[in-house]
Amino acid sequence: MSVGVRPAGDRALLLELASNADAVRVARRARAELRGVVDVVPGHETVLLTFEAEPRPDEAVALAEAALADDHSPPESALVELAVTYDGPDLAEVAELASLSPEEVVARHCAVSYTAGFLGFAPGFAYLVGLDQRLHVPRRAEPRTHVPGGTVAIAGVYSGVYPRESPGGWRLLGRTDAVLFDASREPPALLASGDQVRFVAR
Amino acid sequence: MIEVLDTGPLTTVQDRGRPGLAHLGVSPSGAADPRAYERGNRLVGNRPGAASLEATLAGPKLRFLEPAVVALTGAEHWPAFEMAPGDVLAVEPYARGTRVYVSVRGGIDVEPVLGSRSTDLMSGLGPPVVRAGDVLRVGNEAGGAPEELPDQRLVAEPVLRVVPGPRADWFAAGALEALTAHPWRMSISSNRVGIRLEGERLEWARNEELRSEGLVTGALQVPPSGQPILLGPDHPTTGGYPVIAVVHSEDLWQLGQLRPGEAVRFSV
Repeated sequence: MSVGVRPAGDRALLLELASNADAVRVARRARAELRGVVDVVPGHETVLLTFEAEPRPDEAVALAEAALADDHSPPESALVELAVTYDGPDLAEVAELASLSPEEVVARHCAVSYTAGFLGFAPGFAYLVGLDQRLHVPRRAEPRTHVPGGTVAIAGVYSGVYPRESPGGWRLLGRTDAVLFDASREPPALLASGDQVRFVAR
Repeated sequence: MIEVLDTGPLTTVQDRGRPGLAHLGVSPSGAADPRAYERGNRLVGNRPGAASLEATLAGPKLRFLEPAVVALTGAEHWPAFEMAPGDVLAVEPYARGTRVYVSVRGGIDVEPVLGSRSTDLMSGLGPPVVRAGDVLRVGNEAGGAPEELPDQRLVAEPVLRVVPGPRADWFAAGALEALTAHPWRMSISSNRVGIRLEGERLEWARNEELRSEGLVTGALQVPPSGQPILLGPDHPTTGGYPVIAVVHSEDLWQLGQLRPGEAVRFSV
């Protein structure tokens, strides 16, 4: 249950953890309890803490260790279902790469429950962990310059939904009408790290 | 009201940005040279956090449609001066530095998004980039009397202090020394998201992929090309390239004033 700590400049620390679930748990505790913190940013197996002043590594590590010692159950979380039309331009290619039929790709993509591991890339973009191993395909060699908002995609170990039109190198499976990010909504991001996500084919 | 006659290469509205929302994927954004931006608000007597115009390399050219108190900071130095209705302010291309802040008493009034009037060039949050023909409203963020402050100079041959890590151990022996031993040239393909640096190749010691982790402004992120990218205020909140070192917070303002084509050095 050791927690690694690295400097990220003179105003931030990067905590290293054993799993994404640990990162989610430590991030929640840090946001609630750590003094003088500006941003708490979970990564895949890390939590970045930025501070108003000089960081206190001992305090941060102690808080992380306490968060992990207190609770071994999965972090409590919301379940979000996203209805998806699976008509993406890369569905056939993913099927070929995975030696599956397109229908099997859809079935496997919908079969599991994902965890929103962390956010990044764009406001409201959650890296969803839990993708079926058969669907672990590399990014496209040539990223697209325009991926429409609401596009459901996969790359490597992750699945995700593009919140708005942007460039993107992931493989596009389908689209959802869900609004992943709306600055006028509270909270603005539909998904928070630790949330459970399921895709439902429509 | 202020009529925009010309913007130069890029003019945006900026304030202190959106810190505290990185876990939602929202970049910090805000003025690229926070030191000059804060000073501008003090010179015109604004409350801290009032929005200013941030211009890049040249401009802007503005016609004031009402009386205004204005200051220029950053690459130009003009303590508070008065503009009468019809007066035109035209800022010539800057001899040194990259960004000028046009601070107007009362602040620039655009609709705040997530608590900030800053334009985030990466995500598109905040007001659109300023265009010629726009008419900007002056806000009511005047706080006290304009302050008189000593001149603030740019640094001619900048040496930015860095703190090694968080992933200095991801690199081949000698990479950190290479970072600090040689000057780096700022590529012209640099912006508020990141400053691309050209120089010695910084070799990775590992052949694996780093799992995405949180990033800070001032991080020197190194893609497999070995040419570092110095992250600016509109940087993505997470990324999977190792960060060899991070610029010290006291030197971060200089990121906003580095000039494309010019050299920058780093010291530990």
